Amino acid sequence: MASATGPTGTSTRPNQGAGTRAGVGDSPLRPDGTLKVTGEFAYSSDMWHEDMLWGCTLRSPHAHAGIVSIDVSEALKQAGVHAVLTYDDLPAEMKNYGLEIQDTPVLAHGRVRHHGEPVALVAADHPETARRAAAKIRVEYEELPVVHDEASALGEGAPLLHPGRDDDHAPHVPHPNIVHRQPIVRGDVEAAAGRAEVIVTGEYEVGMQDQAFLGPESGLAVPAEDGGVDLYIATQWLHSDLRQIAPVLGLPEEKVRMTLSGVGGAFGGREDLSMQIHACLLALRTGKPVKIVYNRFESFFGHVHRHPATLWYEHGATRDGKLTHIRCRIVLDGGAYASASPAVVGNASSHAAGPYVVDDVEIEALALYTNNPPCGAMRGFGAVQACFAYEAQMDKLAAELDMDPVDFRQRNAMSRGSLMPTGQPVDSPAPVAELLRRVKAMPLPMEAQWESADGGADVRALPGGLSNTTHGEGVVRGVGYAVGIKNVCFSEGFDDYSTARVRLQVAGGEPVALVHTAMAEVGQGGITVQAQIARTELGVTQVTIHPADTQVGSAGSTSASRQTYMTGGAVKHVCELVREKVLQRGRELFGTHHPAWATAGLLLEGGKVVTDGGEVLASLADVLGEEAVEAEDEWRHRTTVPFDLETGQGFGHVQYSFAAHRAVVEVDTELGLVKVVELACAQDVGKAMNPQAVVGQIHGGTTQGLGLAVMEEIVVDPAAKVRNPSFTDYLIPTIADTPTIPVDVLELADEHAPYGLRGAGEAPTLSSTPAVMAAVRAATGRALPRVPVRPEHIVQV
Amino acid sequence: MRVTFTVNGRRHEADDVWEGESLLYVLRERMGLPGSKNACEQGECGSCTVRLDGESVCSCLVAAGQAEGREVVTVEGLAAYAKERAGSAHTGGLAPVQQAFLDAGAVQCGFCTPGLLVAADELIERNPQPSDADIREALSGNLCRCTGYEKIMDAVRLAAARTGDGAPEVV
Repeated sequence: MASATGPTGTSTRPNQGAGTRAGVGDSPLRPDGTLKVTGEFAYSSDMWHEDMLWGCTLRSPHAHAGIVSIDVSEALKQAGVHAVLTYDDLPAEMKNYGLEIQDTPVLAHGRVRHHGEPVALVAADHPETARRAAAKIRVEYEELPVVHDEASALGEGAPLLHPGRDDDHAPHVPHPNIVHRQPIVRGDVEAAAGRAEVIVTGEYEVGMQDQAFLGPESGLAVPAEDGGVDLYIATQWLHSDLRQIAPVLGLPEEKVRMTLSGVGGAFGGREDLSMQIHACLLALRTGKPVKIVYNRFESFFGHVHRHPATLWYEHGATRDGKLTHIRCRIVLDGGAYASASPAVVGNASSHAAGPYVVDDVEIEALALYTNNPPCGAMRGFGAVQACFAYEAQMDKLAAELDMDPVDFRQRNAMSRGSLMPTGQPVDSPAPVAELLRRVKAMPLPMEAQWESADGGADVRALPGGLSNTTHGEGVVRGVGYAVGIKNVCFSEGFDDYSTARVRLQVAGGEPVALVHTAMAEVGQGGITVQAQIARTELGVTQVTIHPADTQVGSAGSTSASRQTYMTGGAVKHVCELVREKVLQRGRELFGTHHPAWATAGLLLEGGKVVTDGGEVLASLADVLGEEAVEAEDEWRHRTTVPFDLETGQGFGHVQYSFAAHRAVVEVDTELGLVKVVELACAQDVGKAMNPQAVVGQIHGGTTQGLGLAVMEEIVVDPAAKVRNPSFTDYLIPTIADTPTIPVDVLELADEHAPYGLRGAGEAPTLSSTPAVMAAVRAATGRALPRVPVRPEHIVQV
Repeated sequence: MRVTFTVNGRRHEADDVWEGESLLYVLRERMGLPGSKNACEQGECGSCTVRLDGESVCSCLVAAGQAEGREVVTVEGLAAYAKERAGSAHTGGLAPVQQAFLDAGAVQCGFCTPGLLVAADELIERNPQPSDADIREALSGNLCRCTGYEKIMDAVRLAAARTGDGAPEVV
């Protein structure tokens, strides 16, 4: 880890636990690691129950159609089929669900609004039987005109996706096919534009990216004797699921008991429900356990995607390289249902100017309702789309000014105290210029790196790879830079909290901490960090992480880079409560034995109560005896407020996170093929709670950004149908597409956050894409205003 | 139909197998071996990689009937397989690639891990000192969405180094 240089933060190195092994700041092995390498770790698709049935979903082949009739009789006749359900079988008054707006039907009623919308469910004794039965359900559709872009959504007579909306955003949107619109206005843009000596404009486009987590949507619902259901599931937020599932089943929440199964990645794609309600409905109907596992084809329809976006920007600057103003308009395609669109709009608008100081801005962001696939959360969440556009604009401006693009960015870089377009001050370290300096200072990879020792070419290191399309002819190198800003935790006044329960007791003569939260471990390593925190705060070696379930309060979502901050914060806070109780018990039992119990600062270290001078007062085993000490509490970050609906002003975000990238690419300019040779990253993480894991997050986020730059897109045709729902046609980076990713980690503490940490998962996904594109532009001289870039954009045939 | 084949050195049998079932399905749902993973079931992601008579294959693309009478090694049997190959009398523990994936931090969500381990073990068996380009080529059929592959590269280099150093194959 690099030490802090440049701007400085306060050291928050705790005295308590400073000597703990495998505590905060170490990189102990993951507690689930051994099970994961031996194949024993139980993912949601591995669930199995004696006598279980398999569920299958019949989905709409049309993007927009009325449902005239549904005939399930042939499906029901098939041997092995136990149940077929449609909308008419839904048991409760509530028939919709949704993260914020409950606009998503559990099963379609009278109308389907997107390709792949669930229409009917089957439970059978074999997955193939269920699939065949689903194919026998006769649904008569009447196709409707499709809304697929801004013009068709807002034009005169446009079909309304959700007529009669009564959600919170309905009163302020200019058209009912706009989910939410957020303007941000600060300063006097007219006047500032008058001062500009150079103005650049651009229109940019971002394609629809998929989270492409590898573990498919899946789970097992087991009906219980009390009329309730036990659900084993992969999700990002158990309690959010619960709030949406129980009303549709007509059950009180305590009768829907959820346990987190192994989660095979998430990246935002598991924020919304997929098969949860469906499996429960089938289980409650048949009285048997029901497992549903999507295959990859269905997975592409089973979760929301990253919003595709069109972005118009105008940037102005003075000749000496100072930004004067920014105007921009960001149109996000939210697809058929709201999902997380309102929050994505809030993020896209509030981050639209990037990590730069600019006092005069006019920003507008909105999300549309269309018949395209629903879009919602994906790593970076609105800030990714904006970063691609504003960083392209910064390069354009630098070129106009004949300035070095890094130098130009550094002149305008925000720092602690700078104001966001929302008027919110960035009140913790904001080392934007320093991060750029660091990536620029890294040594460049050697030229013609594909040349082998004998003077030949290793095609594996060239654009086109083993397709053997060039041995270096026509290959041009380019280098590009980008930097981004991403908020951390839930924003805009959301009551964001996490709950932890911690118990300390003696087992086998040794103190053991049991940590129970509902945090969804989705691969990021949150459980490793929870154990590290408990070791540091309680001075113990042994920590057990209780499986995440709904028998403890909500931990909030594993998204928005928030779990180390929030559930980490909750575990820290509750460990402190436990520590106080333990010390109180120690004072009661042994206080008369030694005056230091009353006079000294006391710590828990190495399984003992010690004074801050290092004197041992008692062992934890003696203090605890047969008793367990337990505490449970909710923990909140500082409050935020909603953005003003007209001006966008407000203290809307909790914390900001920054990363910068330098991309080195080689482009076969004749074939338009791109090889990313190196993608270096510098990121401020506040405090590297687990250095190995945080670097892993940076690598992973960087690679997803690379994918968006050069290959990843769900192709939706003008009829709003998905054309490439497979890993054959939707490409994600392989190990051969991915370069080395040197990482420089900066640790400038944010004094508002536990341990000074800064949520780290998303920022590296932002600047990776524009850095790669800047490098491709440098190599080709093309404008390339769209991602993913395709060969035909580069060679322009 | 009935299928009979050897998995991780033990004879397994499954009855009432539908002809369309893949080796992956039979392993996971009929033989109680869910370690091989079902990320795409179309031969693109490598998460279901197993050895079939020594060859690395996507078990989702192999019909269960094609495995009749043959030898299958899955991630569940990888440690024993590596141990036998090394002629080690040592029992228990992990294969070098498994330990290296843990040590290098190459496991996040872990869904790609079983397939990658089988593929990486096969690479090191075939090529004990792979170059970086060799590693990338050999593992290019195994998708990982979490790690950006950097720590997977580290893990395979580490496993190869430990194997080549004459360190015990099973640690």
